[in-house]
Amino acid sequence: MKQRLVVIGAGMASGRVLEHLTDAAPDAFEITLFNAEPRGNYNRIMLSPVLSGEKTYEEIVTHDDTWYAERGISCRFGEKVAKIDREMKVVEGENGHVPYDKLVVATGSNPFIIPLPGHDLDGVIAYRDLEDTQQMMGMSPENKVVVIGGGLLGLEAAAGMVAHVVDVTVVHIMGHLMERQLDEAAGYLLKKSLEDKGIKICLQANSKEILGQDGKVRALLLDDGTELPCDLLVMAVGIRPNTALAHEAGLAAGRGIHVDDQMLTSDPDVYAVGECVEHGGEIFGLVAPLYDQAKVAARALLEEDAAFAQKTLSTKLKVTGCDLFSAGDFADGPGREDIVFRDPSRGVYKRLVIEEDRLVGAVMYGDTADGSWFFGLIKDGTSIDEMRETLIFGPAYQGGDTADPLSAVAALPPEAEICGCNGVCKGEIVEAINAGADDLGAVRAGTKASASCGTCTGLVEQVLQVTLGDDFQMPTAQPICGCTDLTHEDVRRLIKGQELKSQAAVWQELSWTTPNGCHVCRPAINYYLLADWPLEYQDDPQSRFVNERKHANIQKDGTFSVVPRMWGGITTPEELRAIANAADKYDVPTVKVTGGQRIDLLGVKGVDLPAIWSDLNKAGLVSGHAYSKGLRTVKTCVGTDHCRFGTQDSTGLGIKLEKTLWGAWTPHKLKLAVSGCPRNCAEATCKDIGVVCVDSGYQISIGGAAGMDVKETELLCQVSTEDEAIEVVMAVTQAYREGGKYLDRLYKWLGKVGMDWVKAQVVDDLENRAALVARFELSQSIYRKDPWAEHVKEKAQTYAPIADFTLEAAE
Amino acid sequence: MSWIDIGHIDEVPVRGARLVKTHIGCIAVFRTAEAEVFAATNNCPHKGGPLSEGIVHGQSVTCPLHNWVFDLNTGEAKGADDGRITTYPVRLKDGRILLDDSAVSRRSAA
Repeated sequence: MKQRLVVIGAGMASGRVLEHLTDAAPDAFEITLFNAEPRGNYNRIMLSPVLSGEKTYEEIVTHDDTWYAERGISCRFGEKVAKIDREMKVVEGENGHVPYDKLVVATGSNPFIIPLPGHDLDGVIAYRDLEDTQQMMGMSPENKVVVIGGGLLGLEAAAGMVAHVVDVTVVHIMGHLMERQLDEAAGYLLKKSLEDKGIKICLQANSKEILGQDGKVRALLLDDGTELPCDLLVMAVGIRPNTALAHEAGLAAGRGIHVDDQMLTSDPDVYAVGECVEHGGEIFGLVAPLYDQAKVAARALLEEDAAFAQKTLSTKLKVTGCDLFSAGDFADGPGREDIVFRDPSRGVYKRLVIEEDRLVGAVMYGDTADGSWFFGLIKDGTSIDEMRETLIFGPAYQGGDTADPLSAVAALPPEAEICGCNGVCKGEIVEAINAGADDLGAVRAGTKASASCGTCTGLVEQVLQVTLGDDFQMPTAQPICGCTDLTHEDVRRLIKGQELKSQAAVWQELSWTTPNGCHVCRPAINYYLLADWPLEYQDDPQSRFVNERKHANIQKDGTFSVVPRMWGGITTPEELRAIANAADKYDVPTVKVTGGQRIDLLGVKGVDLPAIWSDLNKAGLVSGHAYSKGLRTVKTCVGTDHCRFGTQDSTGLGIKLEKTLWGAWTPHKLKLAVSGCPRNCAEATCKDIGVVCVDSGYQISIGGAAGMDVKETELLCQVSTEDEAIEVVMAVTQAYREGGKYLDRLYKWLGKVGMDWVKAQVVDDLENRAALVARFELSQSIYRKDPWAEHVKEKAQTYAPIADFTLEAAE
Repeated sequence: MSWIDIGHIDEVPVRGARLVKTHIGCIAVFRTAEAEVFAATNNCPHKGGPLSEGIVHGQSVTCPLHNWVFDLNTGEAKGADDGRITTYPVRLKDGRILLDDSAVSRRSAA
């Protein structure tokens, strides 16, 4: 018969217990999982990247509903446990009792709140769960935030906040930051780079009182009388094991719940894991020992041999641009020697602490690539006698090898730890690779390496590369180009999250490896910046492909094509005469009717562009943007005006749509069509956005294609009025513009976000639709205008040579 | 070597280029940073694309037709492509762009 297992708390440790247990013995237990938070297991250590906008909450969920369902785990989320009755072997939830044969207590920890006067005011929070994170993300740029605590958590909170809020101050009681993990020099470098990010830092600052107004926090008062105004005060000063339930149930507990090497409490049927336990007098806050505990507890539950042992730990800080690493013991002392390396201009600092020919501690800032190698030396107590002279330069320099980054990884012994969070060593990864795991995802699934904080992802990829050689395929999430390791998606999130509003800010803050990008990334960055900050960022023509810079399409012989706009495909004899005159005057060799219902003048010389535009402007013709990653044409049929089948004024709607959308930049070109009846003469169902008029209104469908791919549009919604149809089209365009990857046509974007998401954004949520429309209109207030007229007026001379020596010689 | 004044640096956009017409063909004058200019032939050796219309990045330019990238210091194509553009001596004096006379004169072409 199945045993009944109850787990209290769905944190990182218990999640890992459940994984091990259900993998090893899927049918051994009937499992019930309680969690006071209204959700399942997520990767709590990744809240900082969520806060800074580098990740979304969905990306850090480790177990979703399907996962629990597949394993038959009954979930009681959002339900507090009132009591553990050990005599009856029953857990009393708020909504009913659950009997158990075995119990795992994983109640985690509570953030420590300093009992300063005013600590119970509104706006005083800890940094612990998703709710805290969301409250921080809800701050607007003009708000002020104070963080008490300059440790790992406090700094991650501050660094995440500064992406949303301009004014962030960290108050720390000690003389330097992260004093438990860093020495003074590294603490100084960290302080400097955080200050460069715009975070203010007060050291040796004692908090005295939290001041409030109308029950809400107003400022933090320091001992020396300084008042730091704030709208939100985050206390990140430490955690305390949450032992209340265990205590009441009479389990042995000190600071945490006492457990033995098998994670068993004083009750032979009750185990405890995670931040709530005390083992050998120690409590645990980092994730690596928690995972070790989980492994042990799962094996103990299955009556297998396993024992938990404490290990030396290493620390990394998850703040973009602050690379630090510390491990072991780095305090000064008799008999201890230091090897120190400094490169102030690169902001690199490395210090190794040596005792009796053994490495006992390492602190690194700025360049932490060799961290895991040093960590291995510390853990194994390797004698460093013979490599002392070159030790600080890392593994690549041992044995006379060259400084190839791969050789450093190749030189690592099999027992070198690669993933600190999950305690995975190189040997295990190599073993998994040899067993067929040939990409990052497979290694992650098989070994858990790089599955938690992710800072070792690069190392794991290098192990793959060393082991597989040429067979290794880089993962599908490709960086934009050789100038960066970031993907388009990463960069979009960071531009928004960190409010980067200039190209210089992107190059600097996101550590571009080239001074100003290349022809691949720069147009993308230019687009992202102007899509996200239409008012603050000014479009940079020098970051645009020649067609968009010169507002004409370059042809293979270096001449250009000129396409004036014909709204909805409607023209007049006057316009046609002006076009004919221009074609004559500028010797246009080819005049062609385009697929988008207008006329293309091909073969215009670059120097003639301003003049031909000026002539066309005089006849009322403007740029057709036939060259742009933006709105191209709105194709129409004649609708009710002339057609005996037309149901609505499709031509009129097409013209209105074109007048609304023209000039708008989008990730790729955007083509629309409006058909007056389901006979669909305007071929609306293979456009990016198509409208088909019916008796009862307008069917709007999106995501069609008729190029390299051919696709029919999918129905988004049907609306009854023209105004609503225009609104929906604007909202969809804006959503595509805000979310799409540069050079993805609308159907590709749709494939990624899904039709359900788009419907939720622009059909179901009217408030959100209005907000999208408002943002679209805001951007259009800048871009809805004729670039031809502007260039004629302001830039005409740039179309001519700067100097012409052929004329001079002729004189 | 004698220098010939072709214009002020402000007439060339930063990370942009302008053309100089000569009897031996067009020369592109590139401006990479506030005060840095290069000169090279305007035609890409691949299919003759106008390099002055390309995107200028670092000290390189990308041809607008098929994305060949040239190092403006040496004229060599970068990456997998094999080819070279002719570069010309150019310098800046008090904001004026000075091009080597021999690059534009009819005599040197002959």
